[in-house]
Amino acid sequence: MSDTPMDSSKRTWLIASGCAGAIGGVATAIPFVSTFQPSERAKAAGAAVEVDISAIKPGEKLTVEWRGKPVWIVRRTPEQLAELTKIDSELADPNSDRKPGEITPAYAKNEGRSIKPEIFVAVGICTHLGCSPGDKFVPGPQPSLPDNWPGGFLCPCHGSTFDMAGRVFKNKPAPDNLEVPPHMYLTDNKLLIGEDKSA
Amino acid sequence: MAEFKEISPNASNGEKLLNWVDNRFPLSKMYKEHLSEYYAPKNFNFFYFFGSLVILVLVIQILTGIFLVMHYKPDATVAFASVEYIMRDVPWGWLIRYMHSTGASAFFIVVYMHMFRGLIYGSYRKPRELVWIFGCAIFLCLMAEAFMGYLLPWGQMSYWGAQVIVNLFSAIPFIGPDLALLIRGDYVVGDATLNRFFSFHVIAVPLVLLGLVVAHIIALHEVGSNNPDGVEIKAKKGPDGHPLDGIPFHPYYTVHDILGVTVFLLVFTSIIFFAPEVGGYFLEYNNFIPADPLKTPLHIAPVWYFTPYYSMLRATTDTMVNVLSLIAAVSAGFVVLKTALNTKGKAITVVGVAILIVLLKTFDAKFWGVVVMGGAVVMLFFLPWLDHSPVKSIRYRPTWHKSLYAVFVVFFFVLGYLGIQPPSEVGTLIAQVGTIYYFGFFLLMPWWTQLGEFKLVPDRVTFEAH
Repeated sequence: MSDTPMDSSKRTWLIASGCAGAIGGVATAIPFVSTFQPSERAKAAGAAVEVDISAIKPGEKLTVEWRGKPVWIVRRTPEQLAELTKIDSELADPNSDRKPGEITPAYAKNEGRSIKPEIFVAVGICTHLGCSPGDKFVPGPQPSLPDNWPGGFLCPCHGSTFDMAGRVFKNKPAPDNLEVPPHMYLTDNKLLIGEDKSA
Repeated sequence: MAEFKEISPNASNGEKLLNWVDNRFPLSKMYKEHLSEYYAPKNFNFFYFFGSLVILVLVIQILTGIFLVMHYKPDATVAFASVEYIMRDVPWGWLIRYMHSTGASAFFIVVYMHMFRGLIYGSYRKPRELVWIFGCAIFLCLMAEAFMGYLLPWGQMSYWGAQVIVNLFSAIPFIGPDLALLIRGDYVVGDATLNRFFSFHVIAVPLVLLGLVVAHIIALHEVGSNNPDGVEIKAKKGPDGHPLDGIPFHPYYTVHDILGVTVFLLVFTSIIFFAPEVGGYFLEYNNFIPADPLKTPLHIAPVWYFTPYYSMLRATTDTMVNVLSLIAAVSAGFVVLKTALNTKGKAITVVGVAILIVLLKTFDAKFWGVVVMGGAVVMLFFLPWLDHSPVKSIRYRPTWHKSLYAVFVVFFFVLGYLGIQPPSEVGTLIAQVGTIYYFGFFLLMPWWTQLGEFKLVPDRVTFEAH
């Protein structure tokens, strides 16, 4: 360090211009960081999808794409529906109480998590880390599943299991039930996914 | 700044040219500092091949990468096809591509060996902390580089792997979902994600990586290399001012490393020519199916080099969070009852642990899985301050220390193996034990590394001429 006394006005100006430069730097960074956001085109690609469900037989699943995600439409059999009520104690959130309105719309807040009991509509993306669970509709013991398996879905990535209403089993990595997207019936066999009457 | 040096007019043209350059750029000076007069300990063993091999693999990756970019198209609609085009239609394209894909796995093999070397010989101890920290930062960059590069072929594994890892970020409380959106640039992994990952993979991360490699080597050459005995060779210098146990890097270690390079290339080229997929471990079979956003392959797993950490992520279930809370509570009890910490320190510990337990129970296990996985890597940065052993090298540590290291290595392999396998209950349990061991190994280092009978460290390195 030199012995010359400090010029305090010079230092004040140095600090002031330093701050001004830093503000300019941050302001310049904003447009760069902003480019990471979804583009206008990506935002516009979220239109609702119309699906004809008349061809789905009981116990079958149809997958459609909505906002780039798989949406499942399952026509459940009476046996599968009967199974739903028996396993409440094994589920993390059997009555869909968590995050109200976000995961399960009010009109699907029932045992089957659906508008019509047999037709189940859900986003086929695991709430853990976004893999798409596979169908394991056949009950009974099988690899990666418990011996008293009631039928449902198994996520291949981290082993989360869901029942036939997309409700997650206890002590699995996935924190929440599968998301039920906003949907409504246009006619008895025409389903609109992405919009509902509340919107 | 050196003085301007005149050279005799009778000198050869070569000498004149070198003198001309040396007066304008420290060429001879740098050559001496980093090669001909960089004195490295003479007792380097097998593990010391991997430092130079990492540089070799880095060069291979950059070179093959440059040529791949000439033919690859970072567009979700044609990316998969462009990789197949490189494999089938570009003359020798398959070779360049296999060199790059095998190079990725080779990179991690040599880096893991290089890190293990540092771990057992205490190469991170004072004064080499920064060498180690730069190294850990390189490891982080490498992981980012490997992860983003893996999306580019746009196969099923690329797509769903990226989906899972990007969703890791959305597990962060409050800002998570927005952060994941910012990374993807779309509501799902898509074209925007592919484009930005391409940009990061080919320019942004490699630039940072190269800078860190330079910093790593400058820091190393400042403090000098450690050796298998953990003896500071600079402490014993000869009359010429050079360490008695040191030999110039060039020609001794350059020639020595040619052996390592030869053996490495023998294995590397064998893999490229005869088994480039290595049974689905280097190139996963599912990645030969184009990305399908509507269907996750039935078994997805990251490439082998990420699986130890991936296992830890999977091991963090609700039960595991309860176990972690219990461990935190027990250690707080231990601190209060058994240590000589003052009352204030004890109070702070108890409050801190209480807050930790509340947090553990408040946020989802999913978030803690991400914390565990990230923590396992970040922990490495703190190694220089966790190890309190009076000796550097494992050679002079109590024998039971070696057993702890051996168990650590075994668990690392077991975690790696479990991460490749489909989830199972027994597997999860073993992974949970492994995860706790991994963290215990590092976090308890301040205690266990001081315990036991240490052997006498010699003044000079142990070396037998051969």
